[in-house]
Amino acid sequence: MEKRPGVFSGKVGLTFLTPALFFVAIFLILPFFWIFYLSFTNRTLTGVTAANPQFVGLENYQRLFDFDQWMRYGQFGNALKITFQFVLGSALLGQAVVGLTVAWAFYRRKGLLRETVFTLAVLAWIIPEVVVAFAWSAFLDVDRGTLNTILSAVGLGQPDWLFDYPLLTIIIFNTWRGSAFSILLFSSALETIPPSYVETADVVGASAWRKFRDIIFPLMRGHILTDLILITLWTFNVFTPFLLTGGGPTFRTELVSIYTYRTAFKFFEFGRGGAIAVVMMLINFMLAMGYLIALRRQKAVS
Amino acid sequence: MAKIQLENITKKFGELTAVNDVSLEVSDGEFVALLGPSGCGKTTTLRLIAGLEVPNEGRILIGDKEVTKLPPRERDIAMVFQDYALYPHMTLLDNIGYPLKVRGVAKPDMTARVTEVATELQIGDLLERRPGQVSGGQQQRASVARALVHQAQVFLFDEPLSNLDAKLRLEARAFLKHLQQEVGVTAVYVTHDQAEAMALADRIAVMNYGRVMQLGHPLDVYRRPANTFVAAFIGSPPMNLLPCEVDINAGKILFEGDRVLDIASYRERWGGVLKNGRDITLGVRPENIAISSTEVPGSIPSRVYVIQPLGGEWLVVTQVGGELVSVRLFQDEAPELSENVWLKFDLDRTFLYDKNGDLLQ
Repeated sequence: MEKRPGVFSGKVGLTFLTPALFFVAIFLILPFFWIFYLSFTNRTLTGVTAANPQFVGLENYQRLFDFDQWMRYGQFGNALKITFQFVLGSALLGQAVVGLTVAWAFYRRKGLLRETVFTLAVLAWIIPEVVVAFAWSAFLDVDRGTLNTILSAVGLGQPDWLFDYPLLTIIIFNTWRGSAFSILLFSSALETIPPSYVETADVVGASAWRKFRDIIFPLMRGHILTDLILITLWTFNVFTPFLLTGGGPTFRTELVSIYTYRTAFKFFEFGRGGAIAVVMMLINFMLAMGYLIALRRQKAVS
Repeated sequence: MAKIQLENITKKFGELTAVNDVSLEVSDGEFVALLGPSGCGKTTTLRLIAGLEVPNEGRILIGDKEVTKLPPRERDIAMVFQDYALYPHMTLLDNIGYPLKVRGVAKPDMTARVTEVATELQIGDLLERRPGQVSGGQQQRASVARALVHQAQVFLFDEPLSNLDAKLRLEARAFLKHLQQEVGVTAVYVTHDQAEAMALADRIAVMNYGRVMQLGHPLDVYRRPANTFVAAFIGSPPMNLLPCEVDINAGKILFEGDRVLDIASYRERWGGVLKNGRDITLGVRPENIAISSTEVPGSIPSRVYVIQPLGGEWLVVTQVGGELVSVRLFQDEAPELSENVWLKFDLDRTFLYDKNGDLLQ
């Protein structure tokens, strides 16, 4: 008797997957190679090179890594530096620390305060970017913004946040915007720790810091690692600050994502934009690899 | 070592009163078991002693020091949890030594002390392993070792054996009893397993609905339950409880179906406390009933419902009116009984309870 292929056999499964794979190929894989190809051309949107792009080899990349220029305002190196500060400030020091602090502060607690804090954090996370940007513009406005109204009422002056402290402002903005993920991840990680672990430490007299260092932190290490790598990836690619500052003033908040956008879509130099995209992709790829390796090592330990 | 005193302790969780006006004294070196069904407040009582909960009312003293509102670390206690609470990322050495580490004991001293305790508990060669790499019984010993490693004044056990399988549990029970006799610790032990409580404790506090229903020596609690709750909770099978009426002047107990039991000779014992003879419950343990196929004086008739072999003994379940009465027979052969039998209660071991379920004595 001939054996019929089961519903979950490879062949049948592949048949079901084909439509999805088809679209993935068209919208993800094809553009990937297209960008890769573009980065070696001088293609633009308009002009001669739009119709007849020429192969320029590594020229786009050389311009990107032109070390005479690249730390100047509006150059790639500068954008990388700003992005690095932004990621360090808003992801690692901001979101992760806020997430861990809030999660630990509300560990196994219930009540209105916890609900309020969590709801506000999640709201900040899920509200559409444009709305958030508009709200923050209103909040930070020099003359009539909520913040400055409060500050001047108590006699603390009216700084122009987006002009005087642009990077700090978008770091705080992005911390506010994204902390919910870390809070939720760390909270659910804490929930998995049996209360008796902490109570045992209470009984033997461990301080709050000691409990965190000896028990909570080692048991959460995997979650912390996951969180750090994911928020690093997301923050590295985030574009929302553009809606607040437009990358300015004078490129002082020009993250790599904004730099890519400016190059590719303001001057329509697709070739150069492609080169930046490939470099960003490589950085993301390395981060993701680091994540996977660390995760595997973590599994091997436990 | 030190004594523990609970004075009129009440603990509420919102609307729920988990512990209701409990007073209890555990003497220096005494082993007291808190026994009761789930939700009876026994674990909450233990956590109040530990300082993991703070009572709404009442005082708690350990030694001569009031600790009612002190955090756990200022009470000088050691606690063993149901799930052992061994840290999976630490070796047994670090787990057992953790209380010493927190107290700032130097590493070599800690290792020496841990090795000493662990060797006593026969897990001395496992100290380099993590909890996940040893058996359940060994984890249990490790958690006891961690409690023993610093000489605390009071030991608190929260169902420490209930995660073990039946065979290991018996082993661990014997081990704990041995340990208790050797170390002579003041200990409070929470369990829902009456056999465990009986086997281990100097005294048992049977709890229900947040109250102590009876406090006493295990055998007293077993032989002379202070109320129908304890009577029905302790013993396997538990005490037979039969609704009846007592006519103390005539010296008779009347059961359903016009069954009459002559208690003339016990008039003295119950006469003084019996005001109203209605709504009385008679309690007698299955081993304190004699059964016979012929009528004997001072017995009541019943019908055999089922006979169950229990190994060294037999359990005969009979019907008295609508009530089932269990009788234990200690004999090798199957009892040869006709359908209609007569039950004779050992009246010295028979108790009467009033309509609130309290012992009449």
